[in-house]
Amino acid sequence: MLWLLILVPALAGLFCILSRSGAFSRPTLPLVSTVHFLLVIACWVTVPRESLPTGWIGLDHAGLLFLTVTSGTFLLTSFYAYGYIRREGLAQIKDMEEGFFFKNSPDAVFVGCLLFFLATMTLVTVSLHLGLLWVAVEATTLSSTPLIYYHRHHRSLEATWKYLLICSVGIALAMLGNFFVVVAGSGIGGHGFHLSMASLAENAGKLNPAWLKAAFVLWLVGYGTKIGFAPLHNWMPATYSEAPSLVAALLSGALKACAFLALIRMHQVMLAAGLGITSQSLFILIGLVSLIVAAMFIVRQPDFKKMLAFSSVEHMGILALGVGVGGVGIFGSMFHVVNHSITKTLLFLAAGNIVHVCRTRTNREVRGLLRSQPATAVLWIAGTLAIVGAPPFGTFLSKLTILQGMIHEGRWALAVAYLLVLGVIFASITASVFPMVFSKQEENEGDIRPEPAPEPLWSILPLVVMAAGILVLGFYMPPFLADVFNGITLSLGGK
Amino acid sequence: MKEWLDLAVALIIVTNFMLVNTSRLMACIRIVAIQAVILSVIAVLTHLHSLDVRLLALVLITVILKAVVLPQVLRRVTVGTGIERELEPFVGYSLSLMVGGGLLALSFLMSHFLALPVPGGSPYFLPASLFTIFTGLFIIIARKKAVTQVMGYMSMENGIYAFGVSLAIHEPFIVELSVLLDVFVAVLIMGVAIFHISQQFDHIDTDQLSV
Repeated sequence: MLWLLILVPALAGLFCILSRSGAFSRPTLPLVSTVHFLLVIACWVTVPRESLPTGWIGLDHAGLLFLTVTSGTFLLTSFYAYGYIRREGLAQIKDMEEGFFFKNSPDAVFVGCLLFFLATMTLVTVSLHLGLLWVAVEATTLSSTPLIYYHRHHRSLEATWKYLLICSVGIALAMLGNFFVVVAGSGIGGHGFHLSMASLAENAGKLNPAWLKAAFVLWLVGYGTKIGFAPLHNWMPATYSEAPSLVAALLSGALKACAFLALIRMHQVMLAAGLGITSQSLFILIGLVSLIVAAMFIVRQPDFKKMLAFSSVEHMGILALGVGVGGVGIFGSMFHVVNHSITKTLLFLAAGNIVHVCRTRTNREVRGLLRSQPATAVLWIAGTLAIVGAPPFGTFLSKLTILQGMIHEGRWALAVAYLLVLGVIFASITASVFPMVFSKQEENEGDIRPEPAPEPLWSILPLVVMAAGILVLGFYMPPFLADVFNGITLSLGGK
Repeated sequence: MKEWLDLAVALIIVTNFMLVNTSRLMACIRIVAIQAVILSVIAVLTHLHSLDVRLLALVLITVILKAVVLPQVLRRVTVGTGIERELEPFVGYSLSLMVGGGLLALSFLMSHFLALPVPGGSPYFLPASLFTIFTGLFIIIARKKAVTQVMGYMSMENGIYAFGVSLAIHEPFIVELSVLLDVFVAVLIMGVAIFHISQQFDHIDTDQLSV
C-alpha cells in the first residue's frame, strides 16, 4: 500500500519524461494526483496507525497528517498546473522585467519532475529510518530543481543555482548529523544498532548525550535550510519569486511541511533520549529568530511574491515555537501545519493569476484588482486575511492555540514577543495588499486602466476549494483530524 | 599498518591545503578525485580485519563514481565553458591558505572536545575529516565560479563520507547506495546547470548572475 503511494507517481513521472509528449503528460498530472489522493484516503481507513511502527517505512500519526497535507495540496495544485502549462506552453514569452524573449521547459519534463517531486515527498512522510529520510529529503531537492528553472532565463537560473547549492550543502550537514547519532550509539554492543526510529527509541537512553546534542544541531541547520528558518532562508526569496507560482505554492505548501516532519522525527529521538529540553529550547530560539527576521523583511516589502516568501519564514517560525513550548502548543503547531499549507498554496496560486494579468510582481503597480479580476481579488483578500491570522479562519485558531500553549507553560515574555511580531506582520501585509485590491489605478498619462481580464475556471476553482477549506477549519474541527493531532501531541511528550 | 593510516590522514590534510591554494580548475578537479581515492583507502585500512564483500563493493562504487565518473563530467563541463582558472575569488589565495590553517586548528580543537566514545582507527582521523568538511564549506563561500563551488561541495561530501564510512559502518547497504546516488545526481544536475549558465552569461561567475 505504502509502496504503491510512492511507485505510482514515480513510474508515471518516468513515463512522462520518456514519452516526451506534452499531450500525454498534461492529463496524466491531475489523473495521477487524484489516484494518489484516493490512495491516501484509503490509508486513513485501512492502514493501522501504530504509535511506533517497526521497519523502514510505515505510517504513524505524524506521517499520516503530513502525507495528507502533501497529497491534498498537490492534488489541487495539479488542476491549476494543467491549465497553466496548457496556456504557457512552448511559445516565446516576453520577459516582464527586462523585455527579452525566453522559452519554457518542455511540458513532459515539467510534468515528469512534478510527479517525481510528489513521489519523493511521499517517501519523506512515510520513512521511519533516518538514513532513508535523508535520501528522501535530498531527492525532493533534486526533483524540484528543474521545476524552478521552468522559465528558461538567467534570473530563474540564478535562483535555481542558489536553491540547489544551498539546500544540498544544508542537507549534507544533516547527513553528518545522522553519522553523529551512529557515533553516539557506538558504545551499544552488537551490530544490531541502526538508524530506524524503532531501534533508536529502544536504545535512546544509552546514546551518548554530547554527540546526540551535536547531531541535533546539525539536523536543525541541515533540515532547517530546507524549511527556511532564518538565518538559513537566503535561497527562498529569489526562488519563490522566479519560479512559476504553482511551483512556489508546492515548495511552500507541501515541501516545507515535509522538511518540518524530518525535524519532528529528530525531536522524537531527542525526547526518547531524555534530551527534550535541549531540542525544545533550540526550537524556540530558531522560531523566535525566524519570526523577527521575517517581520523585518515583510515591512515595506515591494514585491508581493517575496512578501509571501518571508511570510513562509514567519510561519515556519511559528511551527517551531509551537513544538518548542510543548503541551497544547504541539497541538496548535500541527493544526497550523494544515492551515498554513492550505492558505499559502491558495495565496501563491492567486499571486500567479495576478502576475499573469498585471505582468508585474511589484505591489505598487497592481491596482484595482476588484475591477479587473474580481474572483482572484476576493480569493487574494481571503487568503491574506487567513495568513495574517484574522478570524474566522483556521489560522486564527491555530495561532491562538500556540499562544495558549505559551501561557500555559508560563512563558509570558515569549508570548508578548510573539504577539508583537504577529501584530507588525498583520499590519504590514494588510497595508500592502488592500490597496492592490481596492484602490483604482492612478491615472497618470499613458497609464492603462485595468480592463476586466478573463479568469479561466482552472485558475479559480482549486482556489475556491482551498478558501472554503480554511474557512471551515475556523469553525469546525473534524474529529478524525483532532484524533491525529492528539496522537502527535502524545508522541511529542505533550498531554 | 598504523603508520600507513597516519600517512593517509596526513595526505588528506595536504590535499585540502592544495585545494584552497589552487586556481586552476583542472587541478582542483584532480585534487578532489585524489582525495576520494585516499579516503576510500582509509576506509579499507580501518576495516582491514573485518573486510567483507559489502564494504568492498561500496568502496569500489565510491571510487568509480567520485574519482572517475564525476571528475570526467566536471572536466567536460569546464572544457565546454572554456575557462581554465578562477582568477578573482572573493578571498584571495594567500589569505585562503591562512584561513585553511585556522580551519585545521579549529578541527583539532573541536575533536578535542568531541571525544569518540569508542576508540578506532587513527586519532587524527576525526580532525582530518572535519577539516575536509570545513575546507569544502569555505571553498563554496570563498569562490565565485560555479565549477569551483561544486568542487567545494564534493570535498565536503568527501569529508562526510569519510567520517561515515570509518566510524559508522552499520547502515544498511541500500541506504548507503542511495546516498551515493543522490550525491551523484546532485553533481550531475549542477553540471547541467553550469552548462546552462555558460550558455546564458558567457561566464560562470555566480556573483554576476543577476546582471
